[in-house]
Amino acid sequence: MCGIAGILNLTNGPVPGSAELENMIKLLAHRGPDNYGYYSDLSVGLAHARLSIIDLEGGHQPIHDNEKKIWVVFNGEIFNYIELRNDLIKDGVNFSTQSDTEVIVYLYKKYGLDFARYLNGQFAIALWDKVNKRLVLLRDRVGINPLFYYKDNNRYLFASEIKSIISCAINKPGLDSNALDQILTFWSPVTPYTLFKDVYEVRPGEMAVIENNNIKFHRYWEWSYPEDKADYLSGDERVIASELHDKLVDATKIRLRSDVPVAAYLSGGLDSSALVSLIHHHGNVPLRTFSLAFEDKNLDESRYQKQLIKHLNAKHSSIVCTSRDISDNFERTIWHTESTILRTAPTPMMLLSGLVHDNQYKVVLTGEGADEVFGGYDIFKEGKIRKFWSVNRESRFRPALLKRLYPYLDIADSNSRAYLEAFFGVGMDFPDVPYFAHLPRWQTTSKAKLFYSDDMKSMLKNDAIDVLSRSFNSSINKWDSFNRSQYIEARSLMSRYLLSSQGDRMLMSNSVEGRFPFLDHNVIDFANRLDPRLKMKVLNEKYILKKAVMRYLPDEIVNRYKQPYRAPDIPSFFHKYTPDYVHELLSESSIKDSNYFDPKKVAMLIRKIKAGKATGYKDNMSFMAILSTQMWHHIFIKNFSHYIS
Amino acid sequence: MDFETELRSFILENYLFTDDDAQLKNDDSFLESGIIDSTGILEVITFIQDTKGIVVDDDEMIPENLDSVNNVLAYVAKKTG
Repeated sequence: MCGIAGILNLTNGPVPGSAELENMIKLLAHRGPDNYGYYSDLSVGLAHARLSIIDLEGGHQPIHDNEKKIWVVFNGEIFNYIELRNDLIKDGVNFSTQSDTEVIVYLYKKYGLDFARYLNGQFAIALWDKVNKRLVLLRDRVGINPLFYYKDNNRYLFASEIKSIISCAINKPGLDSNALDQILTFWSPVTPYTLFKDVYEVRPGEMAVIENNNIKFHRYWEWSYPEDKADYLSGDERVIASELHDKLVDATKIRLRSDVPVAAYLSGGLDSSALVSLIHHHGNVPLRTFSLAFEDKNLDESRYQKQLIKHLNAKHSSIVCTSRDISDNFERTIWHTESTILRTAPTPMMLLSGLVHDNQYKVVLTGEGADEVFGGYDIFKEGKIRKFWSVNRESRFRPALLKRLYPYLDIADSNSRAYLEAFFGVGMDFPDVPYFAHLPRWQTTSKAKLFYSDDMKSMLKNDAIDVLSRSFNSSINKWDSFNRSQYIEARSLMSRYLLSSQGDRMLMSNSVEGRFPFLDHNVIDFANRLDPRLKMKVLNEKYILKKAVMRYLPDEIVNRYKQPYRAPDIPSFFHKYTPDYVHELLSESSIKDSNYFDPKKVAMLIRKIKAGKATGYKDNMSFMAILSTQMWHHIFIKNFSHYIS
Repeated sequence: MDFETELRSFILENYLFTDDDAQLKNDDSFLESGIIDSTGILEVITFIQDTKGIVVDDDEMIPENLDSVNNVLAYVAKKTG
């Protein structure tokens, strides 16, 4: 991957300055350490920081057409560039390079704004059409590569990361209180908002077209599901599994295209094990894998990693993450996430990409996305059971299925029913709302709002769930409830947190590119047409995916209990090496100064933590929300000039 | 400190994170108001056991005994009376 940045003048202002462009792009050096490239004319300035992966010699950006009318800076990969290039050559195009970027230029020349739908890849693109004075900002379908923009009085600024934009455009950056409220509901802001006031992301699957001083948005792809059961893919499930297998092989192979060596992440779960096996059997490249291990045995999955490594005879490296590693790297984590986070889970992912980088690899394939595309999360099971229960609220049998998910629940005991209902019963009177499955999680996350300062509360104008609901596809109510849950999960938690804070940002912090075969749009479009019962057969998650890949995997991996990826949260910050910043950021004066949270309440939470009484999700997420927001404020609001110097 | 004061302080400090006494009424439902969730109730039970030295039986873990300050006070009085 790479970093891109740029400036578009809306009036006949000064030529975008090279010093400004340089400042912007140098803040993205971690995304593209190999070299920088610039273009500017009277209207636009483009900058590029390159991580060389394809056409190492000829792929310098910006790249233009032979008439120098179309200019492109691009972060990402177009995996089908060879096929697209061959088609364009047949049309008479003379390419100057072997790079995928040049394909974008001529594809646009051929198809205009329709060019996006031909791309199979992960990308954030800025394309300048000099003749028509049109700037096109575009992101991949699911939001793998980031792209942000900001408009001031007479110009637009855009960049792969927000720090570039605020470095030269915003004198006094501020927190968008409604975006924080959305994070403290869904774990991420609703697209296109960010934690920074007035800075927006280009939405996944969409392009922003700026011309004639106007910005217009064109959607070229959307998560979509059949409205009618008759439109589900029909046929024998063995045939469907075989078709899926072939699509996964294609999606994996196309992502091994690279002029540098490619490795893979292995967690020990089904998805990464399947992916690593697909590379082993179909990749025709040496299998190189990297894993995370945890000091805390409750979080560690090394046993399964080792089992698969032995099975496939791969060359493997792993890194053991300790609580101290997390607190020592937390500041750097927030510098890269540029956002509040409710878990420490991104930090170990940064350590893992560091291990990849130290081993001279620039590209890793990962299993991210399989849970969203094939229905793997407990939240989907929970939603299914709760919906089943909502049909007969008095039933003793129906909620007993929750025990399959949470074995410690004493559901047979009717006395604990009130407590069960208090958590899982939320929204039971409205089982048809699209976010029915998500309500218990959102309600639990929202408990952190108890800590808001009075000023923060007074600034909240919009209900977070209303804002998210307004962004839903207008057909959502016609989809199966299982698909609705998948849709919401993919567009909220996956796009804005897993692929961003825990994905791109942690990979790019060490100049490593992630590639995600399960998020190939051909795989997604196929999976979205499946009957939901093939994704989750009764309560057997990712059923059809298991069928498709089980031939490669030991039974123990296929049938193992799904362990969510977790890292230690509160314990990472309270140990004998507790860094000074924890006390400083959570002090009464710091909390008062930022004014997002109530200092007295925060002091009581810290007291509870120090007494060893903070054990539940609520306290954990509240603490992480407060600490990470305080760190964000410290870096980006109070001391940004210090950080960029 | 009497048990009612201790219990109220425990709820105020650990779940509402405040020392403002007005934030908690004795008949507020812990569940309905979201003060305590299903896992938090285990901490309330531990508090009762540690403070009053009584064992809360499985079949006594019901909202009628545990879902408000008044309910807990009545339950403890019955149990120790």
